[in-house]
Amino acid sequence: MIEIDAVTRCFGENTVLDNVSLVAEEGSFLALLGPSGCGKSTLLRLIAGLDDPDAGCVRIKGRDISGLSAVERNVAMVFQSYALYPHLSVAENIGLPLAMRELSRIDRSPLGRVFPASRQRRSDTQARVKKVAASVGISDLLDRKPGALSGGQKQRVALARALVRDPSVFLLDEPLSNLDAKLRVQMRAEIVALNRATGRTFIHVTHDQVEAMSMADRVAVMLGGRVAQFGTPRELYETPSSRDVAAFVGTHPITFVSGPKSGGLHPIFHGVGVPSPSGPVVIGIRPEHLTPAPQGPITGRLHNIEYQGAEVLLDVICDTGITLRATATGDWQPPTPGSEIHLACAPVHMHVFDADSGARLEAGHKGAASCA
Amino acid sequence: MRLSRKSRSVLTDIWLVGPATCAMIVLIFIPVIIVALMSFTDYQFGARSFNWVGWQNYIVMLTDPTARHAVTNTLVYAAIVIPASIFLGLIVALGLHHLALKTPRFASGLRAAYFLPVAATLVAMAVVWQMLLHPSLGLLNQLLAAMGQQGPAWLSDRGLVLYTLAVIGIWQSVGYNMVLFLAGLAAIPSDLYDAAELDGAGSGWNRFWTVTWPMLGPTTLFVTVITATGAFRVFETVATLTKGGPAFASDVLVYAMYREGFVYFKAGYSSALTIVFFLLVLLVTALKFGILEKKVHYK
Amino acid sequence: MTGRIILVTALILGAFLMLVPFLWMLSLSFKDSAEIFSSTLDFFPARLSLDNYITAFTKVDLGRFLLNGVIVCAGILVFQFLFSVPCAYALTQRRFRGRQVIFGLVLAGLLVPFHVTAIPLFLALAKLNLLDTYTALIVPFVSSMFGIFLFRQAFAALSPDLFDAARLDGLSETAIVWRIALPLVLPAATAFGIFSVVAHWNDLFWNLIVTSDPNLATPPRGILYFRDRESGSDIGPLMAATVIVIAPMIVGFLMAQRRFIQGLAAGGLKG
Ligand SMILES: Nc1ncnc2c1ncn2[C@@H]1O[C@H](COP(=O)(O)OP(=O)(O)OP(=O)(O)O)[C@@H](O)[C@H]1O
Ligand SMILES: [Mg+2]
Repeated sequence: MIEIDAVTRCFGENTVLDNVSLVAEEGSFLALLGPSGCGKSTLLRLIAGLDDPDAGCVRIKGRDISGLSAVERNVAMVFQSYALYPHLSVAENIGLPLAMRELSRIDRSPLGRVFPASRQRRSDTQARVKKVAASVGISDLLDRKPGALSGGQKQRVALARALVRDPSVFLLDEPLSNLDAKLRVQMRAEIVALNRATGRTFIHVTHDQVEAMSMADRVAVMLGGRVAQFGTPRELYETPSSRDVAAFVGTHPITFVSGPKSGGLHPIFHGVGVPSPSGPVVIGIRPEHLTPAPQGPITGRLHNIEYQGAEVLLDVICDTGITLRATATGDWQPPTPGSEIHLACAPVHMHVFDADSGARLEAGHKGAASCA
Repeated sequence: MRLSRKSRSVLTDIWLVGPATCAMIVLIFIPVIIVALMSFTDYQFGARSFNWVGWQNYIVMLTDPTARHAVTNTLVYAAIVIPASIFLGLIVALGLHHLALKTPRFASGLRAAYFLPVAATLVAMAVVWQMLLHPSLGLLNQLLAAMGQQGPAWLSDRGLVLYTLAVIGIWQSVGYNMVLFLAGLAAIPSDLYDAAELDGAGSGWNRFWTVTWPMLGPTTLFVTVITATGAFRVFETVATLTKGGPAFASDVLVYAMYREGFVYFKAGYSSALTIVFFLLVLLVTALKFGILEKKVHYK
Repeated sequence: MTGRIILVTALILGAFLMLVPFLWMLSLSFKDSAEIFSSTLDFFPARLSLDNYITAFTKVDLGRFLLNGVIVCAGILVFQFLFSVPCAYALTQRRFRGRQVIFGLVLAGLLVPFHVTAIPLFLALAKLNLLDTYTALIVPFVSSMFGIFLFRQAFAALSPDLFDAARLDGLSETAIVWRIALPLVLPAATAFGIFSVVAHWNDLFWNLIVTSDPNLATPPRGILYFRDRESGSDIGPLMAATVIVIAPMIVGFLMAQRRFIQGLAAGGLKG
């Protein structure tokens, strides 16, 4: 179990991590999700012991590890850039952490080829390198230099280097960001499988919300150096704790509609069945939850249609000049653009946020079933 | 006892930078301070004591007719070598750059020939020059004799010796400047020439003044400063060929500093010469770093 | 077309002029003294004889000079690497107080020509009774500001992730310096090595100051001993000796032109 307890890190004036607290259960898969520059890599480096927090502490299995060096923490990290040693072959890259930890100076020196005991230990490590290389499918690349590898192959080598010595925690810093879409989907599954197979804790950094949602047990959304929300992927999607989280999570960008300054919902939503709050609010509504329905409570004029095969994206301009984005299934027959259209949405899928703070307001969805 | 992580890290830093830093302080900064202080004394190597003499050493150096040679000769030498070797280096680089478009191998062969004097041991080559310039047996005077001319004594004629040394200095540094100019030329994007062509600057001459020369600006400044520092520290040829003679006609700063300090053991006076030399070099080198900063900004 | 012919001719002529001293040196090194002192001008030696070369090695200790050159250059190079690589690494890849100050000192040190420090260094070596030793020839150069500067530039261009990865892999900082950092900047290291070796192989100034023992003469100094002893009568062997002395640099240059030019051109950054 890894506990990150109120960690703060500043670079000069710039507070990159602000009072961050997280817990990753033993063997779980935790994703750190956030836009570029929000401090994800910084947090990983703090966990790895490559950097020290200005305040707060990191505990592994309940023990404060701030006194331990990077090596002693026994964590493995896959870097954003893979950080393979360009001058060493793939086998040497994978074998280096083993050699440094398990072989003595003499074993590693040329003399190690002579002494029987050293030779034994050396061939042991080589066997382990071969085994781990086979497990990630790079057995035939062992003699190459990293310069001669593709992005996906490099990524596997970096994984193999992390796997070879059985660390207690795996830290993965955007390992999939340099891969093409197809390979990325495949590697997602492979990394999750590794998590299950090794039973170790994985902390996976990404700015891709699909990746975080599909891989992790728990996701921490980081925005501007703070943890904006920490929960399961389902919690994040269904009950985003703030306007920013709602904007960040989800395949299609969420649509926000501000209510009147005096308070309450925007008039176009009055028929949906969400109790009207008293203060000024913003409604967030995901395109996939807003669908055309003949009797729908929201009316507007069809403006634009984007056909995507499985689904159709619609831009609907409501009477008050507000544009809503909605989806329909791929076989839906659209009316001519410009004609009037009715939309419906389940009240549970309408997210109400405080207009000033952006915090989620729990509107009671009393008995209001779908109006469709 | 186990040290804390912080203190281990500090020890590592000391272990990594300590030796170089100490060596730098002991071998560079303390000596510079000492030499500056010594330039105000009449200290002689081996003497038991010394007196502070104020600006005395500097006054002698700049006013005494014979002593003044070291400073003036250095400046004259630099005034010849700097423009000549930059100009020749540029000409050769332009020629080779042009040649390399069609016959790269031939051009790189020629480049090697021009660069050879830079790599060769200067002292050894100076001895060869001595043979070339020998009044009776030297190649040069034999050629002149074949044409019915009586060649001068290139290295022992008071009026000539400094110019002879300057020619050797140019011979030695042209290749270096050429290489720097070639690098500068290679960095000029070729579409600039296309643009110049469209703008009507078609002829080679116009292209040179509209594109090449302005784009070589930073390189030229850089080359100038390097050639200048090189010229100010001329020593090997003087020590090998003339020992500053005849009658101080080829005395230069570094050689005078060597002679006064290590032949006559006048450490105080020699220190003053050193400081003057240092200030000259510092002036141009400081200039160079200013330029370098700019160059970095360009990229 | 004619322009091109003029250009090529001029360039060849210029290159020939640059090479005249080398050609004359080679020519003389094969001539016997009768031929040298004859009044007729003949570029090609009458016959190719190695007598002068044999004389150069037997009459004077040319071998000794060359060996001294190798010892001094190698000694200096080894120490320069030992001192400057870790320092440059720490300056780029570690954060500690005083980092900027040290780098500032390095830049300042870069401005100081070696000649400036000669007198105090000579005094110190004399006090320590170290004149006329290899130590005196090597010690002043062990810490090269230029080396630190060059390696710092090279290390700064490397991804810091590589070093973090090495730390997690269990390498000590010292191991990182020699096993990861240095191999990654091999081109810069070679350029610096070439610069350093050429500079110290060719240096006369310091040898002239701290040694008076011909047994410690480096090649340039050896050439001068040779020339002064023979008082101009033994030109053939003297030229043979100069050929031998410059040969390592010239051969090295011709074999690795690009690296050589890089190394020496980078030297321009040095004060
Ligand atoms: N050593 C440092 N010194 C100063 N500022 C730093 C340092 N390291 C990181 N920062 C700053 O901290 C912020 C967060 O950096 P970090 O690398 O953690 O972002 P990230 O979330 O990993 O982004 P990305 O997705 O682009 O990798 C950035 O604004 C960065 O400029
Ligand atoms: Mg990052």
